[in-house]
Amino acid sequence: MNILSFFGKRDESASVAKNRLQILLAHERADDGSDALLISSLREDILAVVAKRVDIDPDSVRLEMDRTGDVTTLGIDIELPAARAS
Amino acid sequence: MSNATVVVVTSGKGGVGKTTSTAAIASALAKEGYQVCAVDFDVGLRNLDLIMGAERRVVFDLVNVVRGEASIKQALVRDKKLDNLFLLPASQTRDKDALTEEGVASVINELRMYFDWVICDSPAGIERGATLAMRYADEAIIVSNPEVSSVRDCDRIIGLLDAKTKVAEDGERMPKHLLITRYDVERAKAGDMLATDDVVDILSVPLIGVVPESKDVLKASNVGVPVTVSDENSPAAKAYTEATRRLLGENIPVTIPEEKKSLLGKFFKGRAA
Repeated sequence: MNILSFFGKRDESASVAKNRLQILLAHERADDGSDALLISSLREDILAVVAKRVDIDPDSVRLEMDRTGDVTTLGIDIELPAARAS
Repeated sequence: MSNATVVVVTSGKGGVGKTTSTAAIASALAKEGYQVCAVDFDVGLRNLDLIMGAERRVVFDLVNVVRGEASIKQALVRDKKLDNLFLLPASQTRDKDALTEEGVASVINELRMYFDWVICDSPAGIERGATLAMRYADEAIIVSNPEVSSVRDCDRIIGLLDAKTKVAEDGERMPKHLLITRYDVERAKAGDMLATDDVVDILSVPLIGVVPESKDVLKASNVGVPVTVSDENSPAAKAYTEATRRLLGENIPVTIPEEKKSLLGKFFKGRAA
């Protein structure tokens, strides 16, 4: 959500709601489970690459998606063991 | 390692404010500094993600985790504002039969290790989804509107809490809290609505809070920020914050909402964590 639009136009929360629903429903109507599959596959690939160099816990690799109107971003968060990270 | 208290937010009837209350209370607990996870049990009709503003970031869900298709850590969505608040979303594409008792037990047990509070948003009804949501709870928040059909359905849910939960089967009493929502100050004044005392008398469950009907709650849902975060000085947010403090064990009197002027007039600074 956009904090500026929230505080700037307090009386227009309905338009924020409409916008959020449009993005969400467009995505849900088209959803065929491919996002989850993509994330799973990417996660495994990334895990394999990182594991070649660093000894990591498989749970410490997090992939996050964020969908906006036209763009979907992918965030990768890898927690390195303390000894390696320093 | 934490050992969470698992709370189910339940009501039987739909539309009384379970999801809104789950989001508001989970956020209020997180603001107090606790590690909190809100779990959406409404498989097939999830909405907690939307109310918490996380709908664009959901990839995996409760059903994926129960079926071993994703780990809990992969499925948890971190709140954008409070980094100690997480959401475990429900599945939108499957139905309630996708959940198994063993699967839910293992998810709840794992969540207990990571969090201080696990708040389970129950689906409406008294069927599988609702009974699984309450199955492993330590405490229950029963959400009722001051209105006859809602109170009747709560009574039914109380019966289930005392029969179908793990706590009940172990011979213990499930601690219950009554949260009255959508309390209309004007209609209460005119005597057109069940009084909070009447609801408490009928259900015999101690009152944890009375949340006034408020446009701030609708606005909060519109923008996807729980009202206890988006508008913490609104009467509804104050009522939720007060209910949360009582859930935490504070012994404070329940504020019955009054005329809007007197409530808005008082400036109320958010409590320090």
